[in-house]
Amino acid sequence: MTISIPTTVIIMVLGLIGIGIYALLTTRHLIKVVVALQLLVKGAMLALVLAGRLTGQEDLGQSLAITVIIADTIVAVIGMALAVQVRRVIGTLDLRSLTSLRR
Amino acid sequence: MLHVLIAAATLVCAIQAVRAARLLVSALWLAGASALVALEMYLLGAPEIAVIELSVGAGLVTVLFVFAINLTGEENLDARRMIPRPLAWVLLFGASALLLIFVLPGINQPATGQVYGTFREIFWEDRQLDTLLQILMILAGVLGVLGLLSDQKTDLTPSQKEHRA
Repeated sequence: MTISIPTTVIIMVLGLIGIGIYALLTTRHLIKVVVALQLLVKGAMLALVLAGRLTGQEDLGQSLAITVIIADTIVAVIGMALAVQVRRVIGTLDLRSLTSLRR
Repeated sequence: MLHVLIAAATLVCAIQAVRAARLLVSALWLAGASALVALEMYLLGAPEIAVIELSVGAGLVTVLFVFAINLTGEENLDARRMIPRPLAWVLLFGASALLLIFVLPGINQPATGQVYGTFREIFWEDRQLDTLLQILMILAGVLGVLGLLSDQKTDLTPSQKEHRA
């Protein structure tokens, strides 16, 4: 049995998005949250490229994927900067410690 | 066959990136996943995106991760999770089911509509506003890097001092 290329890529996309969502839901570490977001976005990017290929609009898919790459990188940069400053000010990267409402 | 191998390797890298206890190892697994995704994009006929993803996703972001981990240090948190594991699985399956419901019907439909032109035309002419916004986002990223590099000692408020102690 051979699996077609689109099916394989869709499984890959679903896997990446699933792993990303699960990690986002469960992790408490600020840097791990950024790792999870990166995985999620990689899945979305691959889905855009695949959609472009399937509909014959490859250039449109690619130009959207470029936007996603840029946004994703900026999110990683801002997330890292946030993590470094949070660590400096609060002294931990635990997300539970960041809330000041629950005492 | 190659595609299946790449998909399997990517998913293994992704799972390891999430599971790894050490942050540095996690960042390296993420770089591996990124490189494999770039390879898959190349095979799907998107070489430009593959090159950008490889250099930015696997290169720049990994360097940033290592830099940030170096600044913050490894911190081992206890195993308690943000939400209980069964609830996370339920939410995950819900999200996947919704995704499949919306995506699957469209997959086997024939391609319709006109082709919108070449990559350059789409990027620089049709989506000018997006390109401008991307430049603004890059500016925000530069400011973020400045935040990453700033070594300013912050004055702690009394409650923060108490929290730290």
